[in-house]
Amino acid sequence: MKISLSNFSDAIVLKGHDFSRAVKRLIWTGALAPEGIQIVKENLPQGLKPGLFSRALAARLKSCPFKAPEFKGALSLLTSLIIVLILGGCHNIQQPKVYVAPQLAQQAKPWEQIPTPKLHDFNPHQPQRIELKNGIVLFLQEDHELPFVSGSVSIPGGARDEDPAKVGLVSLYGQTWRTSGTAKLSGDALDDMLEAKAAHIETGGDVDSTALSWDSLKGDSDQVFALALDLFLHPNFSAEKLQLAQQQVATGIVRRNDDEGEIAGRESAKLVYGPNSPYTRQPELATIGAVTLDDLKAWHDRTLHGKLIVSVSGDFDPAAMEAKLRGAFEGLPTVHADPARHDSFADPKPGVYFIDKEDVNQSNVEIVGLGTDRHNPDVPSLAVMNEILGGGFASRLFQKVRTELGLAYAVGGSYGYSWDHPGEFHAMVMTKSASTVDATKAALAEINGLTTKPFTEEELARAKDNILNSFLFRYDTREKVLAVRVRLEFYGYPPDYLETYKAALEKVTVADLDRVAKKYIHSDKLAILVVGNGPEIKPGLDELKLGPVQKVDITIPMPKQPAASEQKP
Amino acid sequence: MQRKHFYWIYKYVFLLVLAATTLAGARAQDLKSFEQRITTKVLPNGLTLVICERPEAPVFSYSTFIDAGDVNDPSGQSGLAHMFEHLAFKGTSQIGTTDYAAEKVALAKVEAANDAYEAEYLKAVGRDEKKLAELKQAFKEAEAEAHKFVVPNQFTDVAERNGAEGLNAETGLDETMYFWSMPENRLELWAWLESGRLSDVVPREFYKERDVVNEERRMRTDSNPIGRLVEQFLATAYVAHNYGRSSIGWPSEVQQINATEAMDFHKKYYVGANIVVVVVGDVKASEALPMLEKYFSKVPGGPKPEEMTTVEPKQFAEKTVAIREQTQPFYLEGYHRPDYRSPDAEVYDAISDIMSNGRVSRLYRSLVRDKQIAAEAQGFSPFPGDKYPGLFAFYAVPLPGHTPTEMRDAIHKEIDKLRATDVTDEELAMYKTRTRADLLRGLADNQGLANSLAEYQTRFGDWRELFLQLDKVDKVTKADIRRVANEVFVPSNRTSASIETDAAATPAQKTPAQDGGAQ
Repeated sequence: MKISLSNFSDAIVLKGHDFSRAVKRLIWTGALAPEGIQIVKENLPQGLKPGLFSRALAARLKSCPFKAPEFKGALSLLTSLIIVLILGGCHNIQQPKVYVAPQLAQQAKPWEQIPTPKLHDFNPHQPQRIELKNGIVLFLQEDHELPFVSGSVSIPGGARDEDPAKVGLVSLYGQTWRTSGTAKLSGDALDDMLEAKAAHIETGGDVDSTALSWDSLKGDSDQVFALALDLFLHPNFSAEKLQLAQQQVATGIVRRNDDEGEIAGRESAKLVYGPNSPYTRQPELATIGAVTLDDLKAWHDRTLHGKLIVSVSGDFDPAAMEAKLRGAFEGLPTVHADPARHDSFADPKPGVYFIDKEDVNQSNVEIVGLGTDRHNPDVPSLAVMNEILGGGFASRLFQKVRTELGLAYAVGGSYGYSWDHPGEFHAMVMTKSASTVDATKAALAEINGLTTKPFTEEELARAKDNILNSFLFRYDTREKVLAVRVRLEFYGYPPDYLETYKAALEKVTVADLDRVAKKYIHSDKLAILVVGNGPEIKPGLDELKLGPVQKVDITIPMPKQPAASEQKP
Repeated sequence: MQRKHFYWIYKYVFLLVLAATTLAGARAQDLKSFEQRITTKVLPNGLTLVICERPEAPVFSYSTFIDAGDVNDPSGQSGLAHMFEHLAFKGTSQIGTTDYAAEKVALAKVEAANDAYEAEYLKAVGRDEKKLAELKQAFKEAEAEAHKFVVPNQFTDVAERNGAEGLNAETGLDETMYFWSMPENRLELWAWLESGRLSDVVPREFYKERDVVNEERRMRTDSNPIGRLVEQFLATAYVAHNYGRSSIGWPSEVQQINATEAMDFHKKYYVGANIVVVVVGDVKASEALPMLEKYFSKVPGGPKPEEMTTVEPKQFAEKTVAIREQTQPFYLEGYHRPDYRSPDAEVYDAISDIMSNGRVSRLYRSLVRDKQIAAEAQGFSPFPGDKYPGLFAFYAVPLPGHTPTEMRDAIHKEIDKLRATDVTDEELAMYKTRTRADLLRGLADNQGLANSLAEYQTRFGDWRELFLQLDKVDKVTKADIRRVANEVFVPSNRTSASIETDAAATPAQKTPAQDGGAQ
């Protein structure tokens, strides 16, 4: 039996960084190009649990780097990369592919003779929703297969709401909250108590929310919930633990230019949203150094009164659980909604941008632009278009750049849509230095092809099959059903959103695809970022003939050393 | 009897599913319940089928586990098992082609053209560059001719259009795994696809795919500091065993693997006796088994291939790798340990748990919390594989301003403590509790369960070992931990590797992978 890798997963739980960029990268280099809704987000009430499913877990980690973030809590980019690389040796074939080859006569298709029986009936088990008088929403999802109970509290407000002079505050808060413990029980004592029970309580911060989560064996669930509630109501932020968190974040900052994929993801997002946008600004040594204990306390006091969503799943009695949750949360003051954000978004400044990295032999090419949000009624059509562009082995990008040209292992692209703000259009390809220009041109040709190469009925049918026939994997476990409901509640979407979305997908036509492609795909509004080894890139990027190549400075700002005179007492 | 009831309810009285699930759930956690839900069958060709019924939702996951990986690559062909794995997505004589009879002829010409090119390219003396260029051109023409018969990616396309989720494969040093999930009504289609690619692979688009694999190597190994470090670390730790060889393959070797070699690998290792196929989900064994037998009987029989027999000689000198480059520092070390069949396997697990698992672990508390010199520190094992003797490894990520040497010293201090003093009762109990709980946690995931059952069935000849291992876990003692620590964690058994930050890296270090080889 191998337990080793579970240790990795538990180590992951320790970290509390914003990892969305890492996730994105891992998705690309891993195996699945998300069609949209599956984007791994913070604190899903338990995806894959941390823990050792010993050997199998090892295999999953090895083969599916993109899975790692599901190990919940928060995963530092650092940790994720270390896991992927140390366990490395694992190579998966991987996805996205293109368009249909010219209609060739084909020999018999034996697979078409295989019957597809009617699918067994399935009604995903919906959680019970209870809205308390104070506006807090509870979700109860019974699941008696295994003797565990888990839960979480989602709290609106995240990194995008923090003071620009203190970027990193939410990340520090997410770590320090848990490690500090409560007035009654220090974080260290809490660690001892929980680990002896194979239980977990974790806190974390993300771009638009923070969360507290817990899980344990059924027999320990009352006690673990009581501890979690105590941490929720009576945190005891400690200077020592804040310092520890600051060191951890600082480590991530000084290492952020070591991996080219990390650089590419981060810097391309800055091209889209702007370097100082609430969605892309990054913690610096100075901004995390500016965060004080009082800042953490103030953040906690402020966000505690937002619209909380409490969700619990597992092996419990619903009436008893409801009573317990009411007892815990009904007494809190009436929630007040955060004021709506008024961020402004604009297309990136088009052009070719370059970051030189001398210790690599492969270029990361990112082609980016502004996307949309899920309220946009064109999203179902865009989802189908994405599937055709970069959604699987049969997607145009995969088929052309990987299968036909052999220029990349990792390639993909999609027009992104986030829940409450515009996502990114984002295509990427990783190719050897010498083929950087060829691969970039090939990817651009497929992007342009969305508006010039008419979509076919065959492509439409394939894309719909791909999406719709695997649609039930969005809710094939009770945990997933719960996670979806919590997310919909959090962003204010109707509870039947998935059903209406699915129905809309089914109605998408070739005309819809042509229309949305023309409406949203404008190659003259895209920025191209290349991270790679300058001297090896031959022909050079000027061969793209898209204007002068602009160098991007990624130097990490170091706080000024105190002058000698200032050091004197 | 219980089981029969359960399925009757599921099938005919759907509204009662919830209740039924509840009943099953009460028993879903132990070996006995799994014995009731799992059916195992060894086919005449030696292939083992395992079906685990878990009808929580109308889906299933599968795992095909081949007991061969890159450790089996012949000398000079590192990366071959992985190269073959990519080929297994290219279709068969029945899917992915417009006319297999004609394609077969064309593919033979591609191979002949490649051989001719290679023969000229590899001439040590008197290589004729003009002839080489002509041979390359001839190869490209042969490739283009064969391509005319290809329906690109049709195998994966059919799978994806039928709802395949998480479609992927993984080649490790020890094994190769193929897996995905699907709606349950596609079980027969899956059986046709999977048995087809196990038994009837065609070396289609092989040389294009080889380019793709070279890109994969650049991504995972060459262009990442830790990827580079790990490759050098293993190459240094092992002098004889293939665990020391780059698992994705040395660049010059990957670039010269040919389709004939890949097909030979398939012929030797993809035989029934070397394959376990596990299906977990909404599948009824009594109905599915005859159908699965029909399809998977197509896989060739033949003897179980001989095992790789090289034994790594005992290490007698401490070894060190130091990479100096413009990245942040990192420290890694490893000690040789026995394979997974060792009676001490669980003792190693206990050590890694106690040293590394969570905020109570010794390395976290020492290096991260108290000394405040590392952002994280872990011990883990076995690495890079477990079928053969692997390593027990430790790593630490220094905080800004701290060095690999400090990581090393601090890790050694913790190791010395483990050798000198027994772990506490609390630590040992914690390891046992967490192991049990984490095993349970994994049971609710079809894919994870399929992978585990496949691996245990292969490695122990019986999936039950997944549960029976808990008895061995319970038997681990404090004395065992001290004994093993004293046997293994000694300097002469150690290999260490570190990245030291160098503001001005030498040009030789800038380009880790030299291009070489054919094509």
